[in-house]
Amino acid sequence: MLATSLLNPHKWVDNHADYLYAYAISRISDDEQARDLVQEVFLAALEKADKFEGKSSERTWLTAILKNKIIDIYRKRSSGLNNAVKVAEKEQEDFFYEDGHWREEHWPKELGFEDNDPLHNKEFNHVLQRCMKKLPELWLAVFTMKHMEDEPTENICAELKVSSANFWVIIHRTKLNLRACLQKNWI
Amino acid sequence: MGPLKKIIYNCRRATFLIEKKLIDRLTLREKMELRIHLFGCSVCRVFDKQSAIINKMVQQLFKAPKDSGAHLDNNFKQELQHRIEDELNKN
Repeated sequence: MLATSLLNPHKWVDNHADYLYAYAISRISDDEQARDLVQEVFLAALEKADKFEGKSSERTWLTAILKNKIIDIYRKRSSGLNNAVKVAEKEQEDFFYEDGHWREEHWPKELGFEDNDPLHNKEFNHVLQRCMKKLPELWLAVFTMKHMEDEPTENICAELKVSSANFWVIIHRTKLNLRACLQKNWI
Repeated sequence: MGPLKKIIYNCRRATFLIEKKLIDRLTLREKMELRIHLFGCSVCRVFDKQSAIINKMVQQLFKAPKDSGAHLDNNFKQELQHRIEDELNKN
């Protein structure tokens, strides 16, 4: 028996579909997959509706289900041999000399967003999103999980099966590549 | 190379510490290392500033799904609600 007093599935689509879709698309950048996810979330939610205790809001509960499904997608996308990682690593081998000094041609330069607030700069956001898409899936997964919900590092390591040492390597390399990409594309 | 010179020269290490600082915390030793390095390295100071801002921007992307304007079309939504009603009627 559905706890209808707590959940209102007749209104789910009206109340939450757009929110869940926007949440999904900002994290997986795949329109079709995001739509499928929204549907899957509602169907999964119906199945476990009797477990909903009303401790959180309906939306928070649905979003938590969605979040788990997104992590599943990250895991799938980043598993297996990853050629993209090798390419991305190669790219940044040139950033530094052997002693760790920046090579002059890769010096971070002021890009004009350091001192003013770029948060509402749409164009900058587009460049940022494009640069994120160029990251290897595993790096993007680690990076996104860290920043989307401030997920604890241990969880990320467990979910994506990376060691703690490797986690830090990935965080570091991701930022080096992302920043370099911004510098290249944002002038 | 002496240990101090290693710290001063190693921008790769400094950028690593900058990333660690942003999500976790540094040990006392690491803090000293980074401070010494940044004191003498204007290039890494730029990286330091930019890196924090990039994190903020990325978090903003994820926190404001409503503002993104992304939404589903009505046909899809109608079908979806039908699907839910069907499931509800099964029980």
